[in-house]
Amino acid sequence: MKNRLKQLKPLWSILPVAIFLGVWEIVTRLGLIPGKYFFPSFSTVIREFYTLMSSGILVDNFLKSLQRVLIGFFTGSIAGLFIGIMMGWKDSINNAFHPIFSLLYPIPALGWLPILMLWFGIGEILPIAIIFICSFFPVLYNTITGIKTVNRDIVKVAETLGASNLKILLTILLPLAIPNIFTGLRLEAGMAWRVIIAAEMVAIPTGIGALLMRAESLLRIDIIIVCLMILSVMCLSFEKFFLFLEKRLTDKWK
Amino acid sequence: MPEIALKGISNFILNNIHLTVRDRELLVLLGPNGAGKTTLLNTIAGFTTYNGLISFNGNKINAIPTRKRGIGYLFQDLALFPHLDVFTNISFSLKIKKVSQNKIISRVGELLGLMRIEHLKNRYPKDLSGGERQKVALARALASSPEILLLDEPLAGLDLRTSKNLRIEFHNLQRKLGITTIYVTHDQNEAEEMADRIVILYNGKIEQIGTPYEIFFAPMNEKVMNFIGEPNILTCEYCNVLGNGLIKVECGGISITAPHDGDSIRKIAIAPAHVHVYKDRPPGPDINRFNGKIVEIIPLSFIVRFKIKVKRNIFIAELPHERAKDMNLKVGEKVFLLLKLRWIKTLNERLLT
Repeated sequence: MKNRLKQLKPLWSILPVAIFLGVWEIVTRLGLIPGKYFFPSFSTVIREFYTLMSSGILVDNFLKSLQRVLIGFFTGSIAGLFIGIMMGWKDSINNAFHPIFSLLYPIPALGWLPILMLWFGIGEILPIAIIFICSFFPVLYNTITGIKTVNRDIVKVAETLGASNLKILLTILLPLAIPNIFTGLRLEAGMAWRVIIAAEMVAIPTGIGALLMRAESLLRIDIIIVCLMILSVMCLSFEKFFLFLEKRLTDKWK
Repeated sequence: MPEIALKGISNFILNNIHLTVRDRELLVLLGPNGAGKTTLLNTIAGFTTYNGLISFNGNKINAIPTRKRGIGYLFQDLALFPHLDVFTNISFSLKIKKVSQNKIISRVGELLGLMRIEHLKNRYPKDLSGGERQKVALARALASSPEILLLDEPLAGLDLRTSKNLRIEFHNLQRKLGITTIYVTHDQNEAEEMADRIVILYNGKIEQIGTPYEIFFAPMNEKVMNFIGEPNILTCEYCNVLGNGLIKVECGGISITAPHDGDSIRKIAIAPAHVHVYKDRPPGPDINRFNGKIVEIIPLSFIVRFKIKVKRNIFIAELPHERAKDMNLKVGEKVFLLLKLRWIKTLNERLLT
């Protein structure tokens, strides 16, 4: 009996989603909500998804957004990781950079948009720069915290065992900071998608965000819903990907 | 193995420490919390700043960084590397020294055998028990054959049984390896069992250095007595060897059986905490059980001290406050004393101090 319940477990998480979609479909089909265009049925949305896919519009815009997210996220994380490691490792570097970073950190990534638009103009650099900023700080701070919260006795013990500072950084501090670093990466991976959509909605004529805006001006709610669904799936899968990586790296000892 | 010499070591807590740890010696640093025991270890390891001079075998090491001091240090919290398995934890120092893989495997195997933990080789620290962690941490500290071993309360936080077993194992191991060792503890029994010599540290100052016997029989001043307890010392008037490692002695009109292998002793001693007080006669044979009368009750901060007259002797006994309250003892009351055989210490040579 227990075993059968266990086998049914995936069903339990799918069931509410299925019910939700079913209710959505029925409610819109029965016309319980006035205005077909303002609330398309689930099947209409799926059909529109298919149309957009086959026409290539969706793929083009999606790839544009994906490319921006990946480049911005990758460079921002690498920079955050590198500077975070240096700041976590050496107090002098931390003391030097901490004031300026703590002043810049509270500014939301989108707050940079106006000034970046003026500096870089509207082009590919703009969204990438936004994503860079949005990825840099959380990874930076999580890396610093990760390194700083390693038990000092562990570092001291490594010293008595003959390890140099660099060796301690590479074999002790960094591996032990991985859980924190990955928390930063995971949060940012999702955040990057949210920010890129916002940036594209406001300033850039291509990408999923821009598609959203165009759909809005055409009153195409079905397209809007398709875009939102893609956004939701991408946020989730990026976050899950980093969760998976973190587990793979730390499961044995954590 | 080197001799460790400290000359006039002072810092934020330590106050002009002069101390020589002899080659192959197991020296125990004994003192209450906050006495500076760990700080002294950290000073020797090079983790804290200090004034004064430290030398290993006559070579000044003040300017030598920790990682080149050749010290094995067992931290109180052990500080195993959580992300490395037991084998990698132990082999850490060997890898740094670029020892060949074959040699690493054989050395780690040797240590695992020595500690009898071969079966733990591939486990991670989170999956080890307290005692197992202790052994892994010790094996890691010993891996690259350090010349000096510093142990900071290595047995704190273990259950009594494990702690006792490990105590014996540590002791044997130290003898076997002949490694110069400083062992920090606040547990007096642990100190007495392990030490070649004991250093009593109090508020950053050395109050007494001596063998466990010297410390126990002749505490040099108030502070030492306050910490280890002023023992009951009885002078023996007559001895009678019973065999089987026992001796019967007459002291001030009572006869006491004590553990001893020789044929005569001059004095016996027992700590106040080990003089058991009962209102009714304790069960068992009529050995080391005496009638007495309470002559004085002195409440102190942690314990209540009783002075109890037995024939011509005055015994000092100490009870925890709650226990004393439960028993509701009064001056003049008749009580029974029990001296447990294993805590009676005997002395037959003249003390130097």
